[in-house]
Amino acid sequence: MGADAQVDARGLNCPMPIVKTAQAVKGLASGQTLEVLATDPGSVKDFAAWSKTTGNEIVEQSADGGVFRFVMRKK
Amino acid sequence: MTVAEAPIPMTMPEPAPAPEAEVKPRDLLIINYSGELEKVWATMLLASTAAAMGVKCRVFVTFWGLQVFVKDSKRITGKNWMQKMLSFMSRPGISHRKLSKMNFLGMGPWMMGTLAKQYKNPSPKELLEIAQAMGVEFIPCQMTLEMFGLTKDDLIEGMGEPVGAATVIGLMTEGSAPLFI
Repeated sequence: MGADAQVDARGLNCPMPIVKTAQAVKGLASGQTLEVLATDPGSVKDFAAWSKTTGNEIVEQSADGGVFRFVMRKK
Repeated sequence: MTVAEAPIPMTMPEPAPAPEAEVKPRDLLIINYSGELEKVWATMLLASTAAAMGVKCRVFVTFWGLQVFVKDSKRITGKNWMQKMLSFMSRPGISHRKLSKMNFLGMGPWMMGTLAKQYKNPSPKELLEIAQAMGVEFIPCQMTLEMFGLTKDDLIEGMGEPVGAATVIGLMTEGSAPLFI
């Protein structure tokens, strides 16, 4: 599935993956998707909390060799 | 019939349906009282994260915390000799913060900064800029401004209107989650 936008937060630490994601989501229209790559292990729980608070849904989530991939859909 | 005799319901109650209407998250109110590097770091990190989560965040900056928001380029601030002495002894500006322990004449903060860069953690100054760009309001304390002899011109760009304690208490009673740092 091709997302509408990408954020590469690999190598970045708390809170930058969340901050960069929030900034990218701002530029999207409702229903558009954003793919985020992160290596911060805390980001798994952090993105869950972010999704719950903001209402932007995590539609895909996977981990591969220390890289976490999320696809969010803007509310 | 006592509570102990009450019949045990045969079916589990249905879980409450997810609220259709959006539950608006509580606002966050950080009282940034301290001026030490590690505490300012916590303030900036939480403020920028709150903004990223769509939580309205205000930071009331008071006492030592207000010195953090003086422009880095200002060295001596204040009108009378005591205020000038204060800024001389404790250099204002976000880039001149000291650690509360292991400061070692600036060696500690330098090492912290180097480690942060190495691990790609943003500095307090970077986080402040992010927080401001994302709509966090930084509100100076009127009383501290006067006591330290600071003017609005001494402070960084984009600060809110100075207010007093009543505004802070008012925000708390309206439901802002308070944090005192």
